[in-house]
Amino acid sequence: MELHQLVAESIADTKASLWPAFGPELILCATILVMLLVKLIPGLRKLDAFLIVLIGSLAALYFAFPLKHFGSSDPLPRYELFTGMLVYDAFTVYMRAFLVFFAVLFALFTRISGIPDRADAVDFYCMVLGAIVGMCLMVSANHLLVVFLAVEMASVPSYALAAMLKGRRESSEAALKYSIYGAGAAGVMLYGISLLAGILGSAHFPTMAAELSQRLPELSPQETMVLVLGGLMTTVGLAFKLSAVPFHFWCPDVFEGASAEVNAFLSVASKGAALALLVRVSLGLGMTHAEVAGPPTPEIQTQHAISTASGALAAPEAALMAVADESLVSSDADHVDTFTFRDSGTDVRHFIGLVIALLAAVTCTFGNLAAYGQTNIKRLLAYSTIAHAGYMMLPIPAALELAGVDPPAAKAAIASLALYMGIYLFMNLGAFAIVAFLRNTLGSEEIADYSGLVRQSPGVAICLATILFSLVGIPPLAGFVGKFAIFASLAEGYVSTGQVYLIVLLILGGLNTVISLFYYLRVIKVMTFESGEDRAPATPYRMLSSLAGLYTALVTAPLILLFVSWESLNNWAQAAMQNLF
Amino acid sequence: MSNPHVGLLSFIVFVPALGAAALAFFPKGKDEAIRLFTLATTIVVLVPVLWIALPNNGQSFDIAAASMQKVFALEWIPSFDIQYFMGMDGISFPLVVLTAVICVMAMLASWSITKYVKAYCILFLLLETGMLGVFMALDFFLFYVFWEVMLLPMYFLIGIWGGSRKEYAAIKFFLYTLVGSVLMLIAILMLYFSSDLASLTPEQLVEARADHLPADADDVLKLAAAQDLIDQVNSGEVSGHTFNILALAQMGQHTELFDAPILGCSLQHWAFVLLFIGFIIKVPSVPFHTWLPDAHVEAPTPISMILAGVLLKMGGYGIIRICYPICPHGGYDFAYVVCLIGVVSMVYGALAAMAQTDFKRLVAYSSVSHMGYVVLGLGVWSATAENLYNPYYWNMGIKGAMFQMIGHGVSSAGMFFMVGVVYDRVHHRNLNEFGGLYGRMPLYTALAIGLFFAGLGLPGLCGFIGEVFVVLSVWKFSYLLAVISASVVILTAGYILWAVQRVYLGAEYKGPHEEALVPINLRELTVAATLFVLAIWFGVYPNTVLRYMDSTIDQQVIELTEWTRDVKAVEEEAATEAVETAKDRDAPGLHDRVEIKHGEGTSAAEWTELSVHTNSVKEDLHAFWIGP
Repeated sequence: MELHQLVAESIADTKASLWPAFGPELILCATILVMLLVKLIPGLRKLDAFLIVLIGSLAALYFAFPLKHFGSSDPLPRYELFTGMLVYDAFTVYMRAFLVFFAVLFALFTRISGIPDRADAVDFYCMVLGAIVGMCLMVSANHLLVVFLAVEMASVPSYALAAMLKGRRESSEAALKYSIYGAGAAGVMLYGISLLAGILGSAHFPTMAAELSQRLPELSPQETMVLVLGGLMTTVGLAFKLSAVPFHFWCPDVFEGASAEVNAFLSVASKGAALALLVRVSLGLGMTHAEVAGPPTPEIQTQHAISTASGALAAPEAALMAVADESLVSSDADHVDTFTFRDSGTDVRHFIGLVIALLAAVTCTFGNLAAYGQTNIKRLLAYSTIAHAGYMMLPIPAALELAGVDPPAAKAAIASLALYMGIYLFMNLGAFAIVAFLRNTLGSEEIADYSGLVRQSPGVAICLATILFSLVGIPPLAGFVGKFAIFASLAEGYVSTGQVYLIVLLILGGLNTVISLFYYLRVIKVMTFESGEDRAPATPYRMLSSLAGLYTALVTAPLILLFVSWESLNNWAQAAMQNLF
Repeated sequence: MSNPHVGLLSFIVFVPALGAAALAFFPKGKDEAIRLFTLATTIVVLVPVLWIALPNNGQSFDIAAASMQKVFALEWIPSFDIQYFMGMDGISFPLVVLTAVICVMAMLASWSITKYVKAYCILFLLLETGMLGVFMALDFFLFYVFWEVMLLPMYFLIGIWGGSRKEYAAIKFFLYTLVGSVLMLIAILMLYFSSDLASLTPEQLVEARADHLPADADDVLKLAAAQDLIDQVNSGEVSGHTFNILALAQMGQHTELFDAPILGCSLQHWAFVLLFIGFIIKVPSVPFHTWLPDAHVEAPTPISMILAGVLLKMGGYGIIRICYPICPHGGYDFAYVVCLIGVVSMVYGALAAMAQTDFKRLVAYSSVSHMGYVVLGLGVWSATAENLYNPYYWNMGIKGAMFQMIGHGVSSAGMFFMVGVVYDRVHHRNLNEFGGLYGRMPLYTALAIGLFFAGLGLPGLCGFIGEVFVVLSVWKFSYLLAVISASVVILTAGYILWAVQRVYLGAEYKGPHEEALVPINLRELTVAATLFVLAIWFGVYPNTVLRYMDSTIDQQVIELTEWTRDVKAVEEEAATEAVETAKDRDAPGLHDRVEIKHGEGTSAAEWTELSVHTNSVKEDLHAFWIGP
């Protein structure tokens, strides 16, 4: 087609994609710009960067919810943005709301804890918001190049954030390790991406999935090996972001060197986005989806042309397009009818499921065992984060196995992951918030210095004990709900499909819960059993008499409230999966 | 629908938790007020429980009704089919009464706790909520939640107010129980995802109280509601999976949902093993008992009373409520293993107790030994084809096991309290450094000897009834195990009498702090006397306890016997026939087939006679003790 026609359609597609589907990211970018440029205006120079960030993230949070679909029977549509680079569906909405909600809480947290100070605030928040924009791209990725771009966009600011505490040797060491490791992992991932795109002729997930399921029976052994190699290399990059063993080595050092605020950011937002990306990649490559609609504009016909032009299509794709024509305005029930299920799709999903299962099993076991010897609370929480990333990866193999047999159950499995993530946000944010506030008042991040905390500030000690017990997964705390949902998805996977490795994962998950008890309990033991006489006299903050205490209570309360009533969060999580595949 | 039972049972379960929340607002330092408030809370829980126990009032426990009473079910988490579903029957109600009484006694004993009284009382009340909830929960998830809720307060109670090795004992207790709980969770999830409400008949659903109608509603209405539920499940509106323990029991006994083969054995077998391990860790049975001596010894006296008096009974309750009804295949096939575990616990506990020099450790091992009777009594599945499906002896065994739970709760709490009284004075528990307490603390010694004899199983006291029922019931099951379990009485008498002699008898006190041996005070006397009176009362008139349990246990045993006859025997017959057919094919006429006809030997009339006969057991005993 003609160049000017292509340009015109491209502009139309971009304009349609930008608003309202890409709205929150745009607002976050605008916030960054405002924050940077406000320094130029003399009268506004004294304005606190925190205020701008708070207002910006609240605005983004408001626009993250597609309000016209709430409460109405009109389901959220699924369409692709920017000529197939990103996908907008209910899962995007959920994860983006998760990230922006975390940004709001994080802004409040950093304001109360005092890091960053006013001099560094603009730089700090710019990098945080920039990373969050990158993470929003991660959760809606539909194209391998976007995967790479988004991972880099989320990681590079994190390297700088790790080094935020200038002058501390550990911070610089942490940032250096993180950036070198990240660069290496990114390079390997890019190589893997290029291999996959070369074999399958496209880097666009639906196209690749269709190609893969169609060509898999007739691939030569060399091509299969290149495909497997490409897949494994791409997994390296994803595993790095997830801090999955054996690509986790940066995690403890970065967590120990960086400040507790940055750790909260990395452990919650970064992990959440990485898990959502893992879901996107595995389901994107494993499930063939006939519909490739673009964002809704009056010129629906032309969208076909653009999506056709953006991938290297063969004849079979045109046949899929014919099917897509009919399915453009279909509802979720139709999606199930039109998605083409062939046997080779099961093989692909089985392979991906096995790889992720192996990673998850090794990650949660190693993370729990390595936490035993830690004396620094941040390092201990780093290993705890690694272990929890392992737990959260567990439902993905179950979903992949169930996808061919019982799609609603597969969606429920990913919903259990979303539920756990929502609870995990409060657990880790609370843990690192307490660590940060205690660092400010006690001046230490060693576990031994928390000795006897319950005598001086019982409220804070009880909050930290609640959070740690929730991380173990003991009722009546919300952490148990997350673990229960994940174990339930594994059990359902096993009962429905008979795959033995799922029951092995379930048993392993249970055993890991027991193993993890030790090191969490050690912190609680130090806080409650010991008398606190032999540590340096410093008064920790009290729950009812400081802003830090109120924030601690605010973040810990959901762990108990959510246990009493987790129905609404569960319903949101399940609604988020309605058009995942 | 406003179901009055919601309020009553929720009140009983959650009033301690509300009391704990109220305690958080008490000013620090007012120890006496805090203790009195906690004591008042425990009494506020005891009052409605005793009211239900008394006959002939509006809320009376109906001793003739075998099925669940005071049932209510509210939606809690519909997306996972979890309900707030509670009720009580003859198996759980006596345990609820026991819990309420022991908690009051333990709170009275808690005056000896002097540091961090407020935190202690808050944790104590949270523990009570967990214990009461376990016995009344009928939804498997709710049961599991209450089961685990006990772990947190217990960990802190042992670890902060305990003895010299408290941290070790606390973490050991927590770990052991958590391992058992995780195994239970795996079994729960497997059973949940294999369950299907539509596979039950409407009658079975009504039996499982899945109709959500009040108990006095019309039968026709209930059956219609059950049929509605089946239709909804079949049309996909409602998920067929359920956590309802009663419904799962119906599925386990009457359908083949749980018979899917996994690695050789069926799901029922695996679920039985996982659940059984989880429960015998709590009982505790050898070889999973090693947490008990440490936890009991290091815990403070009131917590030891609660541990021994109530927590151990949860293991037994779980076995009888969950393992046997839901996984009868497992119960039948592993019956000998269960009984063997019981007998080994009895023998090992008794021998270990005899070797102790620490008074409290001796009592702890005696708990292991006595709880072995419970496992043995529950496991004697003697209603088999050889015995013509006679449920009489198994019935006796289960009633003995249940009575033993109540009796041991009283006697063991009493024994720990008596040890605590003297430990509070002299601060040591070395058996070789006691003696002559009779002369210095006469009233205390009299009560102590009484309670220790109750633990020994002296006829006339509460320990005897359970032991004799269990031992008699084993005879039909296995002669060897019966002989061994009867001989354990000698070992029990051995260690208890020897301990009594070393501590209470003799001319002089051989240990430190002789001047601290003052006579018993009023508070201690209240606790000891109450437990002693209960021990005598239950021993002389056991019907007090047995009357609540009879109907429910009769019905459960009859159901499982019918299952043995209708399901298990058919299965075994089919397997034998297949073997016989193969043999016949190879060598015709060589093996004569002896056909055992079903229904022969146990007609309907005989069934009724047998069930009447089981009721007459208690009448026999009644006649024996009280007179015709």
